Amino acid sequence: MKKKFLSIFLSLTTLSTLISGCGVKNSASYPNGKLYVYNWGEYIDEEVIKEFEDETGIDVIYDMFETNEIMFAKLAQDTSAYDVICPSDYMIQKLIENDMIQELNFDNIPNIVNIGDQYFESSKDFDPENKYSVPYCWGTVGILYNKTMVDETVDSWDILWDSKYSGQILMQDSVRDAFMVALLKNGFSMNTKDASEIDIATDDLIAQKPLVQAYVVDQVRDKMIGGEAALGVIYSGEAIYTARENPDLEYVVPKEGTNVWIDSWVITKGSKNVENAEKWIDFMCRGDIALRNFEYITYSTPNTVAQDNIEDDAIRNSKVAFPDLDKINTESYQYLGIETDRLYNDAWMEVKSADY
Amino acid sequence: MKLFKNKNTAPLLSSPYMAWALIFILVPLGMVIYYGFTTEDGFFTFENIATIAKPGYMKALIRSIRLALISTLVCLLLAYPLGMILSSMKLTRNTYIVTLFILPMWMNFLLRTLTWMTLLEGKGVINTVLESLHLPTINIINTPSAIVLGMVYNFLPFMILPIYNSLSKIDENVINAARDLGADSLQTFLKITFPLSLPGVLSGITMVFIPALTTFAISSMLGGSKILLIGNIIEQEFTQLYDWHLGSGLSIVLMIFIFINMIIEALSGNHGGK
Amino acid sequence: MRKVLERLYLGLLLIFMYAPIITLIVLSFNSSKSRAKWGGFTLEWYVNLLSDEAVAGALINTLSIAVLATIISTIIGTISCIAMIGLNTRLRSFIMSITNIPMINADIVTGISLMLLFRFLHISSGFTTILLAHITFNIPFVMLSVMPRIKNMNVYVYEAALDLGAAPLYAFYKTVLPDLWPGIVSGALMAFTMSLDDFIITYFTKGSGFETLSTLIYNEVKRGIQPEIYALSAIIFVVVLTLLMLVYRVPAKKNKD
Repeated sequence: MKKKFLSIFLSLTTLSTLISGCGVKNSASYPNGKLYVYNWGEYIDEEVIKEFEDETGIDVIYDMFETNEIMFAKLAQDTSAYDVICPSDYMIQKLIENDMIQELNFDNIPNIVNIGDQYFESSKDFDPENKYSVPYCWGTVGILYNKTMVDETVDSWDILWDSKYSGQILMQDSVRDAFMVALLKNGFSMNTKDASEIDIATDDLIAQKPLVQAYVVDQVRDKMIGGEAALGVIYSGEAIYTARENPDLEYVVPKEGTNVWIDSWVITKGSKNVENAEKWIDFMCRGDIALRNFEYITYSTPNTVAQDNIEDDAIRNSKVAFPDLDKINTESYQYLGIETDRLYNDAWMEVKSADY
Repeated sequence: MKLFKNKNTAPLLSSPYMAWALIFILVPLGMVIYYGFTTEDGFFTFENIATIAKPGYMKALIRSIRLALISTLVCLLLAYPLGMILSSMKLTRNTYIVTLFILPMWMNFLLRTLTWMTLLEGKGVINTVLESLHLPTINIINTPSAIVLGMVYNFLPFMILPIYNSLSKIDENVINAARDLGADSLQTFLKITFPLSLPGVLSGITMVFIPALTTFAISSMLGGSKILLIGNIIEQEFTQLYDWHLGSGLSIVLMIFIFINMIIEALSGNHGGK
Repeated sequence: MRKVLERLYLGLLLIFMYAPIITLIVLSFNSSKSRAKWGGFTLEWYVNLLSDEAVAGALINTLSIAVLATIISTIIGTISCIAMIGLNTRLRSFIMSITNIPMINADIVTGISLMLLFRFLHISSGFTTILLAHITFNIPFVMLSVMPRIKNMNVYVYEAALDLGAAPLYAFYKTVLPDLWPGIVSGALMAFTMSLDDFIITYFTKGSGFETLSTLIYNEVKRGIQPEIYALSAIIFVVVLTLLMLVYRVPAKKNKD
């Protein structure tokens, strides 16, 4: 018994060393230190990370988050846990107000000239002097539907309350996106601080719950491609990819309007590798890199060089990837302060724990 | 007993573990209690704990208790007959079969649950098979039934082991004696077998009920985030809402249930392992 | 008739336990990325697995934490069990009831409490914090499996060895340890299993850029699972099956003797 146990133990350890032999990175090949990156899931072409590592000799530790809120909770514990992160607009505002990110030194990010001016203009909503953030991707939120399962024209958020599609609807499992849908449906602002409006939206979301198949974030994509659901709330960036995988899928921005969001790179206050973080942001702003990321993740890029070099005409001129914002009623999320945040969180909690 | 010549050897030997237990068991629990009873500014408050009484939270707690009870009951009903069958088998074969029931535990717990997702989905494996046989499809993914199924599947071995252990320890002579004295099968079971296996049953119940009550992974994977359990709320307070005080307060509420369970277990005089 | 029913019941339960695992193994050979469709047989995921750094890294992390936590908790647990002989009953039962806490407590509370501790001590989370957490919840398994052996141990043999002139350590090695060995081995095995399978406590004590298999899978579930994970689990299952067969061959043979 003793010997058997020992031999099993030994074989396990050998197994692990064997695997480590082929898997683990050799630290000697990264002379220029480390960089902790915290980004959305499926939000980069992973080959790009390797290329960055090879070019700069920086070891990238890459983590992914699902929602802005998860990112915030993680960072609030320890702002030095990551060097460079990619939150959305309203969250950047919250991070600035909580003194969790630092001003950028744009001298070290020369490729920033590739980013279109209008995106810096829009960024002023949450970063008034353009001191903290560099736009990475932007887009809208809309409804993705399966043409074989939905016969009517989809042009309103109301369809997500149609009992015909009971069990066929996928909602976003993130507080701001879920409430945006319900608030706009009622003609309210997605940034309302009015408790009574939030109450109405809450009741609507609870009423919708029996029809909802699941509250998901990144899973919307795979479930829609697999034909698991008829309608799903999704970010515009997924539209091109999902239509490519399943031609029955179509993306629309409802007539009530939508959230126009920007996800931007920022550097954390506690960052121990600021120089590497700047190199990262600069690398992401490079035309060829932005183009490769765009082609991989299909989220609209604010990088003008990349935009001009998109090979596929259909995509370069796609109204989904690059919508005319003048033609739709748009607004962007703002950070609403601790009090209102609480209001939304409690209401969301009520929705999620409601019986149905 | 005189294992140690020197009087101080025993305390000295046990001191590393005592220090370990102090730092990694008692102090952390103290911190949960501290956070649970304070506000963000460090003032004493009952508010975090009282939050459990709010409708949304209460609903989640009651739902968790209900699902955990159902799962425990199902596990018990499945495991007890199995324990009896196994303990009546020949020694060499039953260890082999018991192992077969434990083996799935070596697969990652999340993977096992994920596979149930694959099996149960609307267009999942089970429905595809049913459809090809022209049978009606099942639709239980993202319902409480799916969560109960996931709990039963994951925690069944915790019920099988202690019940099997206590059943296989019963001296066959006692049962034979009962038979000789004229008891029928049912009487023997009710008067002899079941009472003697009670410690195993109780420890099985604890080992299934506690993880079922507090899980968050099973409910979020098989419930489509539609069915919020108390574990999900606590997890969210820490990972999304960044309210450690409320999260700790709710954890204290959970600990009360665990404590009640401990007392029941202690009263039964059983010290089984997990 | 009764035998048939028993067999049937046993069979049905085994199907219930193994259906997901068989599905998983089948999926690992499915060339379609979708979980629901069969796209033909492929070994692609197994080949990809060899070059998948994320999975390899997570596997190494999982194994090294499990191995280290098992060794350390087995040593600490065994030593404290031995030490308990020399302690008075009240202190002993006090220690045992503290030891029971991590076992009886909900994993989520244990995980949270440790997370709070590590944040308070400013230990940056990662390998060390997970290892400390795993040792903490592993020690009780070792102690509970060694303790019964201690109670039944024959101390007189050890004393006799000392009287015959053996050095204490040598006497311990020759007389006490063999008595405890089965308990230590089963405790260690239990600890290793728990460590491998743990998700909740790891989830709360892990830091940035550090994944074990459990946390990696949880992330992938949310993002869409990569088929390489199925391939890996199929391999793990086969390895575990083989190992357990080896372990269980031994007592089976003994019984025949």
